[in-house]
Amino acid sequence: MCTVVPISLTVGANRIVPTVAIPHPLGNPALPLEEEQEIRRKLLDKALKALTTEVSEQTVFE
Amino acid sequence: MAKFRVVHYINQFFAQVGGEEKADHRPESREGFVGPGMAFNAAFGDKAEIVGTVICGDSYFNENLETATKEVLGLISSFKPDLVIAGPAFNAGRYGMACGTVAAAVERELDIPAITGMYKENPGVDSFKKDIYIIETKNSAAGMRDAVKVMAPFALKLAAGEEIGASVEEGYIPNGIRVNFFEEKRGSERAVDMLLAKLAGKPFTTEFPMPDFDRVEPKPAIVDISKATIALVTSGGIVPKGNPDRIESSSASKYGKYDIEGVFDLTESTYETAHGGYDPVYANLDADRVLPVDILREYEKDGKIGKLHRYFYSTTGNGTAVASAKAYAAAIGKELVADGVDAVILTST
Repeated sequence: MCTVVPISLTVGANRIVPTVAIPHPLGNPALPLEEEQEIRRKLLDKALKALTTEVSEQTVFE
Repeated sequence: MAKFRVVHYINQFFAQVGGEEKADHRPESREGFVGPGMAFNAAFGDKAEIVGTVICGDSYFNENLETATKEVLGLISSFKPDLVIAGPAFNAGRYGMACGTVAAAVERELDIPAITGMYKENPGVDSFKKDIYIIETKNSAAGMRDAVKVMAPFALKLAAGEEIGASVEEGYIPNGIRVNFFEEKRGSERAVDMLLAKLAGKPFTTEFPMPDFDRVEPKPAIVDISKATIALVTSGGIVPKGNPDRIESSSASKYGKYDIEGVFDLTESTYETAHGGYDPVYANLDADRVLPVDILREYEKDGKIGKLHRYFYSTTGNGTAVASAKAYAAAIGKELVADGVDAVILTST
């Protein structure tokens, strides 16, 4: 899970989930905690989907 | 000025002793130049002369590394050289290892400058590029003439004790040494020049070559995530408050392993980031923004995932060498497998 997807592609990650921002990939300090946690859930759901999806090459889960 | 005395080291093949069937040829020495030494001698002109050639079979050398090195060094020093040239070995692996070993030993033990030449993928390159100057050559002996053109003047420079320039100017394989100097044009101008050259399809030289990263086959998908143990790993530098392992804020020399049994939320008073490459304010206030322990605990409780692994692993991915990162990954991976972890979520900043 990362914000700078091109770096993850360069280093060879196979399942990539784009995130919010470099200093807070899984949160957004501009939002109240509950909304931030909702963002975190959405991103982690994507990560779990990535882990349960067969891939044959580097894949970005938008 | 007297001519520099040069000794040339070559294998059985270039000495025309024989091919693979003579690869066990024991070290011997001959007066003057042999084989490719002729081209070097000509290129030296009146500045240097090959006074002797030391020959050894590639298999003999590599199978008897210690004794062969000692024997070859003895033969080389008997000529009292000012300079030693080994090879070039092009893409011949054993020859490359022999040339690298000989050149490095000559510099280290005889205190005489020594160089060699190799194709960039010769295994001798990675083993010796930090110890000696290795001139980059083509991958076969067809590149001999070009190799001599670069190696001979470079060797003379080294023997004369002249200042050695950057690898791109001199033609040696980068040895990892960086030298500070003042560039005439400032960085932004150089970057735009490079970009324009790139857009125009013209050649340009990067000032920071990226390392070659390897690729791995994707792992099969997790069949039942509700039974899977998931571990968290991060290059975002999340550590218990106070950074107990003193993980460096950049160019990390280590990673940390932290027990999160009974931890349901990372708070300002319990966790922080050690990372020096991004604004730490948001992670220090709530480290779940980098390492999502809070939501994964929720998922664990709801049965959405099997289990959050008891430990998380963390380092700072800021200027950290690829070789270090690779070593940490190997060590962490081994433990995760041994602990029965099914999947890893790696967060990076």
